[in-house]
Amino acid sequence: MKTQNIAIPVFSLLIVASVPAKVDFNREIRPILSENCFRCHGPDEDSRKGGSRANGHLRLDTAEGAQMDLGDYSAIAPGNPDGSELLYLVSSDDPEERMPPPREGNPLSEEQIALLSQWIKEGGNYDTHWAYQKPIRPEVPKVSHGDFRLDNPIDHFVVEKLISNNASQSSEADQHALARRVSLDLVGLPPSAEEVEAFLRDADPNAYARYVERFLGKPSYGEHWARMWLDLARYADSAGYADDPPREIWGFRDYVIRSFNENKPFDQFTIEQIAGDLLNQPTLDQRIATAFHRNTKTNSEGGTIDEEFRNEAVVDRVNTTMAVWMGTTIDCAQCHTHKYDPITQEEYFRMFAIFNNTADEDRKDEEPILALFSEAQKQKRSQIESTIAIAQKELEEKLSHPDHRERRQQWEEELYSRSSWQTLRPEFNDIAAVSKAPFSINSEGVIEIADNARPQDTYTIKIKCSPRIQEITAIRLEVLPDKLADLGTPSEWVLNEFEIRRIGVAQTQANDSESDSDEKEASSPAKFPKLKLHNATASFEQEWYPVETLHDGIGGERFSGWAVKGSLNTPHEAVLEFASAVELGESDSLEIRLIQNFPDKKIKRFRISVADEADPFPAVPLDLATVLAKQAEVRSAAEEKDLLALFAQHDPGSAKELSHIAQLTEELNQIRPTTTVPVMRQVTDDQRRKTHIQFRGSYFDKGPEVSQGTPAAFHPLPQGETPDRLDLAKWLVDTNNPLTARVIANRYWEALFGVGIVETSEEFGSQGELPSHPELLDWLAVELMESGWDIKQLLKLMVTSATYRQSSKVTPATFERDPGNRLLARGPRFRVSAETVRDQALAVSGLLSESLFGPSVNPPQPDFGLKAAFGGKTDWTTSEGSDRYRRGIYTSWRRSNPYPSMAAFDAPNREVCIVRRDNTNTPLQALVTLNDPVYIEAAQGLARKMDSFTGDLPAKIRYGFQESLIRPPTEKEVQTLIRLFRDAQDRYQQDPEMAKAMATDPIGDIPEGSNVADLAAWTVLGNTFLNLDEMFLKP
Amino acid sequence: MNPKLEQIQQATRRHFIKHTFAGLGGMALGSLMNPKAMAKSASSLAAKPSHFPAKAKRVIYLHLTGSPPNLDLYDYKPELVKRDGQDCPAEFLKGKRFAFTSGTPKLLGTRRNFQQYGKGGLWLSDAIPHLHEVADEICMIHSLNTDQFNHAPAELFTLTGSPRPGRPSFGSWVSYGLGSENADLPGFIVLISSGVQPNGGKNSFGNGFLPPVYQGVQCRSSGDPVLYVSDPKGIDRDLRRRSLDTIQELNELQANEYGHPETRTRISQYELAYRMQMSVPETMDISKESPRMLEAYGAKPGASSFANNCLLARRLVEKGVRFVQLFDWGWDFHGTNVANGVGEGLLAKAATVDKPIAALIKDLRDRGMLDDTLIICGGEFGRTPFREGRTAASKILGRDHYPDCFSMWMAGGGVKGGYSYGATDELGFGVTENKVHIHDFQATLMHLLGFDHERLTYRFQGRDFRLTDVHGKVVHDIIA
Repeated sequence: MKTQNIAIPVFSLLIVASVPAKVDFNREIRPILSENCFRCHGPDEDSRKGGSRANGHLRLDTAEGAQMDLGDYSAIAPGNPDGSELLYLVSSDDPEERMPPPREGNPLSEEQIALLSQWIKEGGNYDTHWAYQKPIRPEVPKVSHGDFRLDNPIDHFVVEKLISNNASQSSEADQHALARRVSLDLVGLPPSAEEVEAFLRDADPNAYARYVERFLGKPSYGEHWARMWLDLARYADSAGYADDPPREIWGFRDYVIRSFNENKPFDQFTIEQIAGDLLNQPTLDQRIATAFHRNTKTNSEGGTIDEEFRNEAVVDRVNTTMAVWMGTTIDCAQCHTHKYDPITQEEYFRMFAIFNNTADEDRKDEEPILALFSEAQKQKRSQIESTIAIAQKELEEKLSHPDHRERRQQWEEELYSRSSWQTLRPEFNDIAAVSKAPFSINSEGVIEIADNARPQDTYTIKIKCSPRIQEITAIRLEVLPDKLADLGTPSEWVLNEFEIRRIGVAQTQANDSESDSDEKEASSPAKFPKLKLHNATASFEQEWYPVETLHDGIGGERFSGWAVKGSLNTPHEAVLEFASAVELGESDSLEIRLIQNFPDKKIKRFRISVADEADPFPAVPLDLATVLAKQAEVRSAAEEKDLLALFAQHDPGSAKELSHIAQLTEELNQIRPTTTVPVMRQVTDDQRRKTHIQFRGSYFDKGPEVSQGTPAAFHPLPQGETPDRLDLAKWLVDTNNPLTARVIANRYWEALFGVGIVETSEEFGSQGELPSHPELLDWLAVELMESGWDIKQLLKLMVTSATYRQSSKVTPATFERDPGNRLLARGPRFRVSAETVRDQALAVSGLLSESLFGPSVNPPQPDFGLKAAFGGKTDWTTSEGSDRYRRGIYTSWRRSNPYPSMAAFDAPNREVCIVRRDNTNTPLQALVTLNDPVYIEAAQGLARKMDSFTGDLPAKIRYGFQESLIRPPTEKEVQTLIRLFRDAQDRYQQDPEMAKAMATDPIGDIPEGSNVADLAAWTVLGNTFLNLDEMFLKP
Repeated sequence: MNPKLEQIQQATRRHFIKHTFAGLGGMALGSLMNPKAMAKSASSLAAKPSHFPAKAKRVIYLHLTGSPPNLDLYDYKPELVKRDGQDCPAEFLKGKRFAFTSGTPKLLGTRRNFQQYGKGGLWLSDAIPHLHEVADEICMIHSLNTDQFNHAPAELFTLTGSPRPGRPSFGSWVSYGLGSENADLPGFIVLISSGVQPNGGKNSFGNGFLPPVYQGVQCRSSGDPVLYVSDPKGIDRDLRRRSLDTIQELNELQANEYGHPETRTRISQYELAYRMQMSVPETMDISKESPRMLEAYGAKPGASSFANNCLLARRLVEKGVRFVQLFDWGWDFHGTNVANGVGEGLLAKAATVDKPIAALIKDLRDRGMLDDTLIICGGEFGRTPFREGRTAASKILGRDHYPDCFSMWMAGGGVKGGYSYGATDELGFGVTENKVHIHDFQATLMHLLGFDHERLTYRFQGRDFRLTDVHGKVVHDIIA
């Protein structure tokens, strides 16, 4: 325990620093170098200065760099302070040569210089940064009992430090305070009167431990701790950016609550969230867990490039993973090698590469998503699914029967030859484009439009068909690659992306020669008196661009038109049937319009044909076209089955069975999921993305390609194939990982004690603060891992320590010595979280809804009368019934408009991962709890409890006080409150109108038999309780 | 009570009361638990010592959400008018990405008439006639450029220095640097007109990682101007005072019992809240203004207009609010409908801001406040010198987003009036003279407020952050 006497920077206020006997590099030297030197003499090569350029300039973060021969001197000459240039420069008075240069920072203090000198004298040895060394369980210090309470090993570490600082432990907090403190800490709610009473009566020495167990086992435990995790997961019910549309992802929130309540081992919890989808046969919960990294933002603003924002999401995943598990701010390395910690830009992108192969693409629909069904729904679905399977099988069997075979063969041949289609061969004058671009038509009927600058266009083909064709039942559009039918092989075909918005077909009189030259007219589908089309089929459909949209605008705004991206450079066809056969008279013409509204996605070569038979052939999907071309004998079973399905669709003999299947399918689709959750899904091998270093962090400024990996400063990933997310997840919770267990133990410590053992819980690197109790932190970290990552066990250990159970009262001596309580000479006392402020008020008023899980709710909030940019209203419709009174964890979290009363108490908007919330004390908070109708309603609830309590005025007051603050009031407090009650009562008796408002708005009519002035006065008292300082603070 | 303890507590209390003139009417971060943080918050709550003598002491920032068409308002391009309707030369399109345009668009000359105004001869279009009258107060920058061409990222870039949500906004940095002049009012107030939030949502006036005390407080045009500032219906002022006295009395008992300074802080915060309940509604009530003044701005009590907000901005800065940020929606002139076309749409929209802005400048000048109040007006990027792709065939004219050059102007607060800085080429595609990147612009604003943008920093996650990221050069030429 050699370092115990050393004044470390954190405690410089407590003890006058003096140079110790032996300097500890990590505790004393690294912080000085990191703060003052690493920015220009650290890991980042590009910004490194000094020394010799040939040797990559001067670096002081490694012994090698610091001791490098710089001619006839070196920055650090081990054992020789006088010969060390560094010492000379930091001590120089000459602003020209002094380090750090005046523009970069302040000169070092004399103390710091003395430390550096001593360190160099002792050899100038470097050591790996403390947090990058694997924690080893230290021995629990032996402390002579004396007056100290030593309830578990935590106390030994804390007390050892108290002794060495000549400080003493505070007495144990009184039982009321303890009962409330541990309840607020473990479940975020005050204990009930019965629970407190039972605890006070329990004379067993294990009474406190039993009380703790009871709270650890409550469902409200998971709700409370989920809050912390959802901050880290940047969970929100909206997608972010300008329009910030609602996002359905609460299934993830419920997963977190469930996991905490089950006390899922933290390593498993980690693996599920990072890579649940990659586990062998993942459960539904394990797939929902991957929504952790789908809490990234999606940008749906018009004109944005999806790849840019997909890339942003991946960056966020890398940064969040390192922040949540390893307490490391890695963000800087996205643009340049980290200036303080050994993480290069290349290493950043190697981690990026691990996350770069999921199927999400910044899409508005948030695909891939998982549909979640209730148990009853799941049963019903599987029942229907099996009925469908049976029906399909029966149909297949029927069609395989020899009776059907011949019919099918004939159908196949016709389908293959497409002989039933008659190509339309328009004359040159029959065609018009709004762009006025010229057309050519070849002998095959292929129409080709000349290149032109117009981004959008509508083609109109007006052709007289009769007498050759008198009746048509369907129309076919073939979109052809540039070189088809000319020369070249399929590999040379070029078909660019296109999108056809609508096809309209009209029957017109030949002498009807008016044509719309105005594009607006021509491109408006509504204005065209078209024939009704239905049953559209296509050779291929791009996702979200179904061919059905070509006729009556099916799909509404969600869909745009027919497109085939994903199957370019090959011919395509679309077939649309007429709802009823069209008879063409002698003077009739057919007018066909192809409307293309999307800029620069026009078709260039195409052909139109029509069919006249009663049951026209559909477009053949591309994959089936290949199957058709094969002899029946060489087709695979699957191919045969696909073909059979297509045949069945067009076989009158199968209609009955098909309609039965369709009906069942419809029934299946009618079962709407209770919710959906965006999840991670790995892309298929052929869609894997390559990852490049991105210069200056810009996604289109690409450097060399990199492979998947993790930073070399940490333990290695398991050897083997290309590492994926599952490997990364296991790496995070590997017992060799020096950070995760420390970071997690520290985070729980911070939640209970207000400040972590490492105060900068978000930063464990060179720029972070050193731990106040390093051995304790390591002991807890190892304990956590060895317990099988048992979080409840860890919490139990902490809250049953004598350290935690100390009274939080300050004496002048302890406060003056240690205002921040870093020595832990007293119990924690700080403001509870925004959610707990709300939950507590609702709980003591008796209004709190105890229901768990489900969609997020909208408690009352003031209207702003505004819309989000490009989005919907920011105001919401208040939830009804008990949903008004749900815990804060269920409040709809809209990123651009966080719930104002919780935001006032430092709830973040969750745009990004939040490791540590602020904890402020502001007048806006006072306005919330004094005036927000939510808190007035809580005061009214509390008022009704007090009013109906049996007893005299002081008894009622005592009851209300005890309900709110979980302790009996002092006599002085009772008297003060009685005076307030009387004054308020007087006032309300004179003004019944005001009394009514106070007693009923918004909670509702007064209970029968009660007095409105009394209830109003009780509400004032309730409002007073809810605004006492003590309500906001842990006791 | 122990005299020693009392001494410490009193010292703390005095300390908080003395040093809390920041952001939200003097709030203190008393509950930050550790000594270092406490020291940090205490010092951050007072105004920071300035790095240079400040030219401006307060800011009114008029953000026209969506980005006004600079070529139809400020940057006169006769050559573009001449070549109206011609294909856009390929050299200007090569390697560039636009939000809604692909292929070869047509050049679009302005339909507005431009003339020079004032002694400084500033070119202004006829869409903003009232501004002509104050041309000599205006310092126009034509050579701004940004990195972003989508609204939300570009707005965040302009207002926070980063295209991604999460950094402190300009107003937050200013509150952080300058503190507040009036303990009873928030130091940074946000007023929104035309019914839509800014593109970046609350992030556009958020505090990022700065303490929440520095965030912009969004005022409403109906109901409580500041949320929850009114007592509930069942409590009048007397009763509120009476119940507050009890709260404070009981809190005093706690303060004595537990000895935590945080309790003392809460006591003072409740007093501040009580005073805010008086001063906020009073300040936000424009009906107290003379009919002549209302007419000058075109303001109407009860409305939620940009005009009202300009008048409110003046009332607020007059009361010591450091930073008033206005957002007005509806400046995204794509030409997809009449209202957002650069023809009658622009004329109608400009008319809603032209008169109030001119009135604001004159009003501040009359009150002797223009010299140390900086007015800033602009959007998040520029608009293309060509017609936007989607609407190329429509009768309504519109322009796409354009990041490479755009205009913004300032007035008062130590900038040169009747002055025009920087230039673009004859068609308005690129900066030809005195390029001002958004980070340079921000550095200059900071300078005007007395701060070296490289030195007004905040430590977060082990790094010192600033408004200008790692860039920015002060444009000294525009400073008077």
